[in-house]
Amino acid sequence: MNIRAQVSMVFHLDKCIGCHTCSVACKNIWTDRVGAEYMWWNNVETKPGTGYPTLWEDQEKYKGGWERSGANGHSSKLRLKLQGRGGALANIFFNPYLPTVDDYYEPWTYDYENLFNAPEGDDQPTARPVSLITGKTIETIEAGPNWDDDLGGSPIYAANDPNLSRLSAQEREQMNELERVVFFYLPRICNHCLNAGCVAACPAGAIYKRGEDGIVLISQEKCRAWRMCISGCPYKKTYFNWNTGKSEKCILCFPRLETGQAPACFHSCVGRIRYLGVLLYDADRIEEAAGVSDAELVEAQRSLIQDPFDPKVIGDARASGISDQMIASAQNSPVYKFVMRWKLALPLHPEFRTLPMLFYVPPMLPVLAKLQQGRYELADGHEEGLAPMFSSLEQARLPLRYMAGMFSAGNERIMEAVYRKLIAVRLYMRAKQVKDISEAEAQMALKLGETTPEEAEAIVRLTARPTYEERFVIPPLAREQAIEATLDPYTHKLEAGFGFRQSPERRW
Amino acid sequence: MIDLVLFVAFPYVAVVLAVLFGIYRYRSDRFSYSSFSSQFLENRQLFWGSVPWHYGIVIILSAHLLAALFPRAWAQLIAAPLRLYVLEVTGLALALLTLLGLVLLILRRLRSARVFAVTSAMDWALLVALLVQVALGFWVALFYRWGSDWYLHTAVPWLFSLVVFQPQIQYVTALPWIVQLHMLWGFFIILLFPFTRLVHLVTVPITYLWRPYQVVIWNRRMRRGR
Ligand code: SF4
Repeated sequence: MNIRAQVSMVFHLDKCIGCHTCSVACKNIWTDRVGAEYMWWNNVETKPGTGYPTLWEDQEKYKGGWERSGANGHSSKLRLKLQGRGGALANIFFNPYLPTVDDYYEPWTYDYENLFNAPEGDDQPTARPVSLITGKTIETIEAGPNWDDDLGGSPIYAANDPNLSRLSAQEREQMNELERVVFFYLPRICNHCLNAGCVAACPAGAIYKRGEDGIVLISQEKCRAWRMCISGCPYKKTYFNWNTGKSEKCILCFPRLETGQAPACFHSCVGRIRYLGVLLYDADRIEEAAGVSDAELVEAQRSLIQDPFDPKVIGDARASGISDQMIASAQNSPVYKFVMRWKLALPLHPEFRTLPMLFYVPPMLPVLAKLQQGRYELADGHEEGLAPMFSSLEQARLPLRYMAGMFSAGNERIMEAVYRKLIAVRLYMRAKQVKDISEAEAQMALKLGETTPEEAEAIVRLTARPTYEERFVIPPLAREQAIEATLDPYTHKLEAGFGFRQSPERRW
Repeated sequence: MIDLVLFVAFPYVAVVLAVLFGIYRYRSDRFSYSSFSSQFLENRQLFWGSVPWHYGIVIILSAHLLAALFPRAWAQLIAAPLRLYVLEVTGLALALLTLLGLVLLILRRLRSARVFAVTSAMDWALLVALLVQVALGFWVALFYRWGSDWYLHTAVPWLFSLVVFQPQIQYVTALPWIVQLHMLWGFFIILLFPFTRLVHLVTVPITYLWRPYQVVIWNRRMRRGR
């Protein structure tokens, strides 16, 4: 086996409070520049909603990711949904599926000067919005970051969520009823995929995956603005810097990782929803795993990820050049626990077939909470004499199908297994702490959730009370060591970051 | 004397400068080797400008190049009158297409405030230079007919003489001034090449046709035993 290490991530959606601290932390460090103002390498969107850029999940519009070739998509061979290799050269003068700045929003500031300099008059002076691209006044701002936050303008935005197409008209109707309205937050960064669409789409070969840790980066010196990556990434996580004419993306704060710090969005996360750790995977089977049928995708991706305790895997990992520290880090990885041991975390839209390495624990609240006598209850079923939450999956407020459409390529069985386990953990802990559920009922829930008291305790521990070191198990990337053959470590130290020696701007 | 400067010295200077400075810029400022696409800022007008312009100019330039490289094959190609007509008409049509595309591209840069904001002085210089050249080419194709033939007996031997370092300018000195200007302006654009975004021409990503889809880069591939 050709084992590689991947710094991977888990976001626990039940814990996200939608505060956008993560986005701001990232913006302050990386994208507070001309040409990058509109970029949110980390963004948090409200679901249901159309997201950022608008309708990014609609691959009929943007042609991101992969599809299976063959007459009706049944062959396991993959091809980019965007175009073939020849097509990339043919479309190089005009990419028909490129999102434009209007699909994000036109960045602006305000004419604050006017507040001070306006001549005396009858009205209060105002600070009018000014485009950061053209410097001209914008009459009406029509879109901005998180324009549809918390279901703002939901008849326009939430109603167009591509994931809703899986639901029946009646189900969609119900979701608009005042007391059933439901939403949750979806924080998104680059997934640092194993079968990345951006890497494959780049004609110049400027985008690459770092062998040591799997971080996907764009070489700013090789990028020639052919702009295919922006279409190729189905998550729309590569962005075009309109000022420098280069694509940019989340770099997983590699300069921070290399010095043992968690990425800025992870570190600053108020809800502490984020986990980071190493996964070992079999690089020889990437294509195979990305080529199975929709329903099997989650399982196939799991099968790529290897057990870091298995002596055979350890041997293969060593043979593939992975350091013992990296293997030890993989054994401690919180991501391994959520994704593999507990099988609670799922990839976002696996049907894009890029094998994303950011996994999500789906949220319970929007699915299970119900309004009862003016109060939100986590459960119903009391009327039927059942313990809370036993029957709740069937009566879910947000149909399970919606969640399955996002996190398991429509496979509701996988989705149900995740929720059964999450429910079991809650019931078990409730029986233990609040003691209003009988022992028998808790045991029943554990059985339904296919879990044990020990596992439930471990899940609670890592979900609710993890330490910083438990959330972020940062492997020793030992960059200085890895590069010392090619570069003076002191020079490297001075270069940490993008490594520019000239300012990244247009000079010609 | 002036002919020697124009038809011998100038082409050499232009090419040498283009190559040397192009290499220097690649080594010292690789970041700037880019097509600086503005499609992200403006999409609709670009289609009608960029596609005709690029396809037109690529085909026309290739024809110039092929005829110069394989004059005998080219002569055979145009030996039959029908083929000559077809070639001339196609060339004229392509020249028109290219010209229209370029005009649209220039209008777009003027009209769209967003694209205007990312247009540098060098971009304008290049656009004007290209417009002049394409207009000259169109003019020549229109009023000095059978260019696909006389090109072989004028410009091609002259270019060949330059390549083998035995300049012979008598092939071109007697040509109408507008044809001469078209030739010299071509070298002027070569001169502009390393100072503008035209450098994207040498970065055409042809390797995409065969490179593996996934690119993985290691700092230092460590090999260890079990
Ligand atoms: S900082 Fe954490 S809790 Fe706040 S929006 Fe971001 S992911 Fe959610």
